[in-house]
Amino acid sequence: MTSLTLGATLPPVTGRAGFGGALRSEWTKISSLRSTVVTLVATMAVTIGLSTLFAWGATHRFTQRGHIPPTFDAVRGSLFGLIFGQLVIAVIGAMVITGEYGTGMIRTSLAAQPRRMVTLAAKLSVFTAVALVTGLVSSFASFLIGQHIFSSLNIGVGLGAPNALRSVIGGALFLTVAGLLAFGLGTILRHTAGAITAAVGVLFITFILYQFLPDDWAADAQRWIPFFAGSGVWTTVTTPEEHVFGPWVEFAIFTGYAVIALVIGAITFRRRDA
Amino acid sequence: MIEARGLTKRYGDRLAVDQLSFTVKPGQVTGFLGPNGAGKSTTMRMILALDAPTAGTVTVDGMDYRRLANPMRVVGALLDAKSVHGGRTAAKHLLCLAQTNNLPAKRVPQVLELVGLTQVAGKRIGGFSLGMCQRLGIAAALLGDPKVLMFDEPVNGLDPEGILWIRNLMRALAAEGRTIFVSSHLMSEMENTADHLIVIGQGRLIADCTVEEFIQRNSELAVRVRTPAAAQLAGLVTANGGTARPDGQDTLLVTGLPQDRVGDLAFDNGIRLHELAPLQASLEQAFMELTRDSVEFHAAVPTSTIGATS
Repeated sequence: MTSLTLGATLPPVTGRAGFGGALRSEWTKISSLRSTVVTLVATMAVTIGLSTLFAWGATHRFTQRGHIPPTFDAVRGSLFGLIFGQLVIAVIGAMVITGEYGTGMIRTSLAAQPRRMVTLAAKLSVFTAVALVTGLVSSFASFLIGQHIFSSLNIGVGLGAPNALRSVIGGALFLTVAGLLAFGLGTILRHTAGAITAAVGVLFITFILYQFLPDDWAADAQRWIPFFAGSGVWTTVTTPEEHVFGPWVEFAIFTGYAVIALVIGAITFRRRDA
Repeated sequence: MIEARGLTKRYGDRLAVDQLSFTVKPGQVTGFLGPNGAGKSTTMRMILALDAPTAGTVTVDGMDYRRLANPMRVVGALLDAKSVHGGRTAAKHLLCLAQTNNLPAKRVPQVLELVGLTQVAGKRIGGFSLGMCQRLGIAAALLGDPKVLMFDEPVNGLDPEGILWIRNLMRALAAEGRTIFVSSHLMSEMENTADHLIVIGQGRLIADCTVEEFIQRNSELAVRVRTPAAAQLAGLVTANGGTARPDGQDTLLVTGLPQDRVGDLAFDNGIRLHELAPLQASLEQAFMELTRDSVEFHAAVPTSTIGATS
């Protein structure tokens, strides 16, 4: 055994382990896992790829039919990949937290920083930033590629078009909040498969179940369905019966679901044994 | 210094830890012993505030663990070597831990060197053997150069070389004045490592004493005598208040009389001795004896069968 002159290399203790260190730590965690990086790239690939595919398909349909529907929303039409992108980012949102539970890493993390709200807030902040950047790249790229495709029919719009910039940024926020919803569910459920299933249930299955509602109920229910509430913010052409509250109020409803999950998650994260 | 006072943890209707009070002092290795399921890991998780006690308190350095300004500077813990994300490299794993307590990044290569993992610093932990994970966990525990080190079953799954390495490391850390708290369900391991013992069974404190005291208190000292006049000596021993029982041909196991007295008795009576040796019961025997009633799961094998095969 060599002598353990461990102390000599450490600077004297200053301050207190807090949010700054936790942020750096969470950034190291998220960036050092191949699975998160791959899934982030997949979110962009799926969103941009499917948006492009849809824009291309719409252009062909319109050309074949020889007419463009008057309600066609060129902005929304270039962002359809978000519908699937939200599911991929939900996977990351869940994994960021459930990955720690699945491996037991959470106990190592919380032993290093036992002030749990610090750890959770740092993790949430880093994920939000990463998701927002991923969303912005996905949304802007989808928009620009889509408008380029639409320009062949002269139906493309620029970012200066009414509500276009709001919708493109809204698309990024939509992806981010979908990820946060999964993060909240992951914090509650502590289980990757369970959290992803729950997130898909909230984001997607509610949308499918809605189709089976009787008409008079459906009209009232629609604005509360996460997908409809969340997609208003990346839509420029709306019919009054579809989007009653306006894009930001609807987005607030969508965000509300994520906030509920996050608050319950934070309470359980704080209270339960790790 | 770790201090537990009335520490209790209840899971449903099962008491995992029951009114546990003890103090772990600096400068020595304190062994935390108990059969599987005795509540050792639960106690250690409560020390680190991973689990909340149902009742009682436990402090490190006089403070609740969550109130320590820089926890890694005070306590380094290895609870479960597999509590790591296998997708991360050893270096990144240590870096993300170091960052939480604002420890400099240069500590990472230093502790990797210390545990002999420099070669695999850039390798993913998923491919590590259990022994390598144990070393990585110890590296993580040492990151903050802490005053208190806590290891839960650190030798599990290690080869003899690894066991020796950990044992020497713990001794060296204690010699530097640190508080070392190490759990084990194997008494034989502690016998060579620990200075002090805290023994629990079914969540309750059974013993809190030095290793020597533990052996003396819990095992009868016997003297083995080999002599051609076994029967005659047995009679003398009995006459002088001791007990002698035969242990094979020409051999007696004497209890109740010190070794010197047995030798004197033989000499005074002209009995030829071929062997006169103290028999110290091992710590393992003493431990088994002590915790027999508090083992959570008894194997369903009749004791007579065990006796016949041993």
